[in-house]
Amino acid sequence: MTRSRFTGLARHVVLISGAVLVLLPLLWAIRISLLPAEDVFSPKFHLLPSRWIGFENYARALTASPLLHFLANGVFVCVAIIVCQLLVAIPAAYVLAKARVPGLRLIWLAVLVALVVPPAALALPLFIMAAGAGLIDTYAGLILPWTISPLGIFLLRQAFLRIPDEMIEAARLDGLGEGEILVRLLVPMISPAIGALVIISLVAHWNDLLWPSVVVTSGAKATPPFGVMLFQVQEIGSDYGPLLAGALMIAAPLLVLFALAQRRFLDGMTWLGSK
Amino acid sequence: MLAPAVLLLVVMILMPLVLVAATAFTDWHLGGGPPRFVGLETFRALLEDHDFQVAVWNTARYVGAVVPVTTLAGLAVALLIAECGRGQALYRMIFFLPSVATLAAMSVAWQMLLSPSVGAVPQVLRLLGFAPGNWLQDPQAALPTLAMIGIWSEAGFAMLFFLAGLKTVPHELVEAVALDGRGSVVDRLWHVTLPHLAPITVFVLVFSSIHALRVFDTVAIITRGGPEKATLVALYFIYQEAFSLFRTNLAAAATILFIAVVLALSLAQLYATRAGRSR
Repeated sequence: MTRSRFTGLARHVVLISGAVLVLLPLLWAIRISLLPAEDVFSPKFHLLPSRWIGFENYARALTASPLLHFLANGVFVCVAIIVCQLLVAIPAAYVLAKARVPGLRLIWLAVLVALVVPPAALALPLFIMAAGAGLIDTYAGLILPWTISPLGIFLLRQAFLRIPDEMIEAARLDGLGEGEILVRLLVPMISPAIGALVIISLVAHWNDLLWPSVVVTSGAKATPPFGVMLFQVQEIGSDYGPLLAGALMIAAPLLVLFALAQRRFLDGMTWLGSK
Repeated sequence: MLAPAVLLLVVMILMPLVLVAATAFTDWHLGGGPPRFVGLETFRALLEDHDFQVAVWNTARYVGAVVPVTTLAGLAVALLIAECGRGQALYRMIFFLPSVATLAAMSVAWQMLLSPSVGAVPQVLRLLGFAPGNWLQDPQAALPTLAMIGIWSEAGFAMLFFLAGLKTVPHELVEAVALDGRGSVVDRLWHVTLPHLAPITVFVLVFSSIHALRVFDTVAIITRGGPEKATLVALYFIYQEAFSLFRTNLAAAATILFIAVVLALSLAQLYATRAGRSR
């Protein structure tokens, strides 16, 4: 008994030390974001601020850079991408799972090929196409390439496959149209898969730096991660307190959502493993 | 109902694939004259390009460092959490948090944590009597430092997948081994749990390899490929060639090779899971 209690305790000691190490960058950033400017480079080490300046650095970050504008851009772009992905992927996945039409296998094969292509590898050709279409530095340029999600079609098709055909047959006999069956009957049944897709896309696109840094050329269309890149050439870049306050505000929306809905996030992310 | 998906699939994924492949066989530069077919000449130039060789070597070292540590760390944390009783949900959340946190923003946080002037790590090391270096500016230490940040941001996924795998370990089997007298924790781990996790481990190895290959954010924010190209990695090489140096065909050829490597990894994974299922 004492031995198992000892291993239990040791387990928690290891886990707590690990957790502190994992949180260290975040905790250190929070500390610096609360320091007055004179403390940051002070030769004498202060763990806590020598005077409490409240959220002054956060206010500075918001006024010294168009941070709120970046955040608004991020919300708009993510919502647009996710809504489009769902509108495109749900009907496509339904047909791929349930219809018996020749040629479907070919389309399914195309989905599987697209699933393997790393999005980052498409940056160059998509940029050439966006330049040709005049979409550089536009919201359309930020959103359009990601309106199709092969992963989404894949996940939702798996979910549709689990619904028995008899159920759909019964609804048809009741006189429901295909659209009604899909929207009223099936979509609620596959809501866990839809939730997973929303979370996977939200995390991927809120955090994406590569594509915005390719297609965006001005602060006006910058998304939050690209905003971090812009900080470095702005005045705020050399002012560590506001810089970290800004970085924290960019990471905060997802972290807060994650803390509030951690089960949904973790379940959703686990779906990535079903590929 | 399939039409929008097919259209977008063709325009946003298949057409770009064809476009980048076609570009790789020409001498075309963005903004230059009309393209001329040059066969494999671009690939020859790419393989001889010094920066490309550096980028391949750096990427290989980065992936080689990140993947095993990420997998082992994820497995260790999952095993510790799975039977820890109280606090499980909280631990799981904390260890996964880096995988949700915006890496571009967290790169700035890491920069501050490691900064010789204001960083926690150098200050603690100095208190202990060490002389910490300026790791991110040191050609020897910069890539390993970025690899450490990579492990930090990826290990959460490995943990999550291993936790999902641990849930499917059959209880009867664990109890049978315990009754068998081979009751020690290590025995149970070695004879029951780890063999059961083998297919998941293959998946985690491939998943984290593909993620590690795509390293970009930390490089773009913290080191920009420096110092002395010590952190020039595959995607950053493509990014620079394509968007700062405008050697479009060279970037396209590198993209093709990049896709080929990812494809090979995915096929290896498919093969491994098939083999695992048929057993």
